[in-house]
Amino acid sequence: MTRGGWTFGLAMLVIVLAGFLAPHVLKNPFYFFAGYVILQYVVIATGWNILGGYAGYINFGAAGFFGAGAYASAFLFNAFGIPLWGSLIAACVIGAGLGLLMGYLTLRIQGVYFAIATLGLVIILETIIHNIPALGGARGMVVYGPPPPGWAAGPPQYMFVLMLLIAVASVSLARWMQLSWVGRGLRAVRASEDAAECSGVPTLRLKLLACAVSGAVLAAAGAPYPFYTSFVEPVTAFSLIIGLNAIAMPLIGGTRSWQGPVIGALLLATTQQIATITISSELNILFVGVVLIAFVALAPNGLIGLVRRKGTEARL
Amino acid sequence: MTQFDLFMNVVATGVLLGSVYAAVALGLAITFGILHIPNIAHPALVIMGGYFVVHANRFGVDPLIAALVGLVPFYLLGMLLYSFYANTFERRGRADVLQSLTLFFGLSLVIEIILVLAYGSELKSLTAPYIGSSLRFGPLTIPSRLLVPAILGPATVGALWLYFRYTNSGTAIRAVAHDERALSIAGLDPAAIKRQAFGLATATAVIGGAALAMIGPIDPFSGRFQIGRVFAIVVLAGMGSIPGTLVVAIGLGIAETLIASYLNPAWSPGVAFAMLLGALALRPQGLFGTVR
Repeated sequence: MTRGGWTFGLAMLVIVLAGFLAPHVLKNPFYFFAGYVILQYVVIATGWNILGGYAGYINFGAAGFFGAGAYASAFLFNAFGIPLWGSLIAACVIGAGLGLLMGYLTLRIQGVYFAIATLGLVIILETIIHNIPALGGARGMVVYGPPPPGWAAGPPQYMFVLMLLIAVASVSLARWMQLSWVGRGLRAVRASEDAAECSGVPTLRLKLLACAVSGAVLAAAGAPYPFYTSFVEPVTAFSLIIGLNAIAMPLIGGTRSWQGPVIGALLLATTQQIATITISSELNILFVGVVLIAFVALAPNGLIGLVRRKGTEARL
Repeated sequence: MTQFDLFMNVVATGVLLGSVYAAVALGLAITFGILHIPNIAHPALVIMGGYFVVHANRFGVDPLIAALVGLVPFYLLGMLLYSFYANTFERRGRADVLQSLTLFFGLSLVIEIILVLAYGSELKSLTAPYIGSSLRFGPLTIPSRLLVPAILGPATVGALWLYFRYTNSGTAIRAVAHDERALSIAGLDPAAIKRQAFGLATATAVIGGAALAMIGPIDPFSGRFQIGRVFAIVVLAGMGSIPGTLVVAIGLGIAETLIASYLNPAWSPGVAFAMLLGALALRPQGLFGTVR
């Protein structure tokens, strides 16, 4: 495991270095514009999977956390001039708080009810934001971010590297959670909550921890968003497509391990970026819908499950 | 208009709106409430039903007649959907909640986009002699475009209640929810009964869609705003209680119109979910449900 850890750390280091060097090789800023979105979905899928994949609690409200993170950083910057790093931390705290709140409110409910309750969270948050004039209401907020630091080639490149760092941090966190006692406990919760409780697994504390960490990562994905688009408004910040992708990507990759959401996000988000440019955004959504149905019907354990099917069957 | 008259009008509108919500939520009360299939594609199916009625209306067919005709193809569509669902999951053993939710999530996206591709994304509305006029009862002014669809809700609820209570196949559907195993020991095929129930639920989508399209124009994505509302109604009604669905839907309609008139229309979308979250936290078995 330690050797795996070293390899993982080295790989992450190489990825970060490559991200810093990429602007010197690729001159077209569009690649970084699109790359930002793809990495954003890596973070979202990874964050979702901590609760949805490891613990088996399906959160339809990923967009709620994303939007909360986006609004937190936009408000903190516009009102107090807090820089992106500060608001990123603030967004994580708010996301974790929301996650805890969601966890507490939904302690007694499992399965479908939990999923529906999280769907409600998005609508309630969106309604609240719509009704707060300080947050711009339905008109939204314009965010004129600071110019990127000198080492970055331009705003898209800077945002790309920032999102890369967030992605690396969240994937490392997800990996650590999966391999540590936390992941083992959550797997027990997913298999059978009652049995886990009887065997002395602190199911309640683990669930709340998963809710908080998942919420923090999802909010972190949203925090740089206002700086990326220079604008934030309720409909796009709480967009259904975020919640949809948050579920679709881990499901396509595989929900059991940290690699699943990363693979799913890279594949699906890249395809979506290409489809949006070359075809149309409607067909893009149709494509996601069909892919989802196909994967649920044919490969319920995702691509990783498809590859590992033989091994799993032998173990079972 | 006096304060009291205004209040009465608001409540009356709420009752009518709630009756329409009942028509929209009924199908889910069957699929989710009785069969325990989390069919989040139901609102999309309702909008599809609305488009069916709008399409027929273009050729001069009255919306009510179109909805009656539409019951048949939607019943068949529902049976087809259940067969797909059952083939995908029940063959594999117990359906995983995440997977069935995702399946229906994907299905609703596919329906929405097919509607966009077929009809465009602009709003579509209905024309009928009774849309546009309004009736006056003393201080109450009731627009017919709200009254006619509002009758559809209680009418469908009543018909379904009678069906579940007094017919053999209705009893069989209630039995399949209660104890599937006992049913198959008694020599009935649970899958066939569930398929029939799912067909029935999908058929009610046309009625719900017709009702929604009469109240106001619809677009392919109108269903999204209903997802929360219909789940709130079904859960609050106590999972599968058909009369409860009507009562809760009317209550929700009144709550929404009161908040829209006296507070701010922008707050009303959150009402259903606030009620739902409160209910899930305090009384998970619903208002009309029994503890199992």
